[in-house]
Amino acid sequence: MAERVLILGGGQAGLQTAVSLRERGFAGAITLLGDEPFVPYQRPPLSKDYLVNGARFETLRLRPESFFAEAGIDLLTGRRAMEIDREGKNLRLEDGTALPYDRLVLATGTRNRGLPVPGANLAGVLSLKGAADADALRQALANAQRAVIIGAGFIGLEISAHCRSLGIETTIIEANNRAAARAVSPETSTLLLANQAAMGVEVIFGASVAGILGGAGGAAGVLLADGRRLAADVVLVCIGVLPNDDIAASAGLAVANGVIVNSRLRTTDPDIFAIGDCAIFHCVNYGGEVRLESVPNAIEQGKHVAAVITGDERDYAAMPWFWSDQGKLKLQMVGPTQIADTRVVVGDGAASTIFCFADERFIGVECINRPADFVKARRLLGAGASLSRQHLEAVGYDLKAAA
Amino acid sequence: MINITYVSADGETRTVTGEDGSTVMRVALDKGVPGIVAECGGSAMCATCHVYVDPAWIDLLSPVNETEDAMLDSAGAERRANSRLSCQLPVTVALDGLIVHVPATQG
Repeated sequence: MAERVLILGGGQAGLQTAVSLRERGFAGAITLLGDEPFVPYQRPPLSKDYLVNGARFETLRLRPESFFAEAGIDLLTGRRAMEIDREGKNLRLEDGTALPYDRLVLATGTRNRGLPVPGANLAGVLSLKGAADADALRQALANAQRAVIIGAGFIGLEISAHCRSLGIETTIIEANNRAAARAVSPETSTLLLANQAAMGVEVIFGASVAGILGGAGGAAGVLLADGRRLAADVVLVCIGVLPNDDIAASAGLAVANGVIVNSRLRTTDPDIFAIGDCAIFHCVNYGGEVRLESVPNAIEQGKHVAAVITGDERDYAAMPWFWSDQGKLKLQMVGPTQIADTRVVVGDGAASTIFCFADERFIGVECINRPADFVKARRLLGAGASLSRQHLEAVGYDLKAAA
Repeated sequence: MINITYVSADGETRTVTGEDGSTVMRVALDKGVPGIVAECGGSAMCATCHVYVDPAWIDLLSPVNETEDAMLDSAGAERRANSRLSCQLPVTVALDGLIVHVPATQG
């Protein structure tokens, strides 16, 4: 069995790997390395509760500092990795240290896409990735009257809710023709948009940004490609992310929109694994290659890679799920809903479940303020239940009766 | 320091201390108490932090809201009158001595 496991990335996936290794009785050395100067922490609150005045970083920590020493996990924070020496089986850090490994787990996550327009570097143009960004955003919003958010994805939709709770005039600019287009069905996009409108947020679709306009204190507005100008004290750029697969690519590992891994989460090097936001894998539930950007995926893959490393070689098949809190709206989704060819909406605008089907087979749900449906669907799909659309229709889309 | 006792399904008892402002779920995770999975990190989205609150304490807790109520219906172990999601139980000085029973499964 491996003696030393080195985990590159101190986020949700990396932390879970370390925890799961110990839970599975792995007695060798575990090193968990992250480039942020913090103990591993959760990111979901950064676009929600953590933006509220008075929020403390301590509430974000995934484990207390004492946990690592007690578990025999060597936690190295604020250290950056530069190169993987695959032949020598060590990881070279920026400070020159070379960390040896028997197994290397890449949990490097993603970085934000930049907005390549004039003015993007002005003060007041912010993005959100880590706790430090959230602190800066909280501070900027405390004095803001008007915010322009670029990108109507989950981050943009969540932060706009917070902006409105502060009474900030808020506009979202989206290049696509609907909200969270990559992730949710058109029906859910419509409900997400209605929720934004109810909060007083203006969302402009099919719009792209030509530049950020500057004023005395930094950013003063956004110039759209169609010539429209929007005034803004704060401009938030949340237009998606790119996987941090450069270190893998430089080491000759196969990458394509992420580090390519097989069903055991192994890269093209048998001693190197990749998990979480940075890994692209064949998902049996999607029937294709996907890279899932979610906390549940990070957790499940962290657990799975620990299983594989400790000798439990099995295929990764976890059912994907996700959640988003946007003001009073709670979105919960389970299953590969993006590949649905048919959807049935049950409920009214305030609380709805979008049942998703592919080839007449039930594949998932997108639930808006209907947590009971989400949990039931998750249990059914997780247990491998195969339900036909006809059957669900026959039971009136009551998941309790459907099982 | 606020004492919380977690009784596992096999009867093993662990008493740990938590801080004011934390949650019963977070204290369990921080102190290595097994059986509370907390997949969603405390967002009332997964029902895997389910506990049975000792009858002596159940009425001293903040009431169940709509979201927690819906999630509890779908917890892995059977729902009982004293079922709560531990992520929705803030730790306060008034709860010093709290006892919760951890179900055998979180689903």
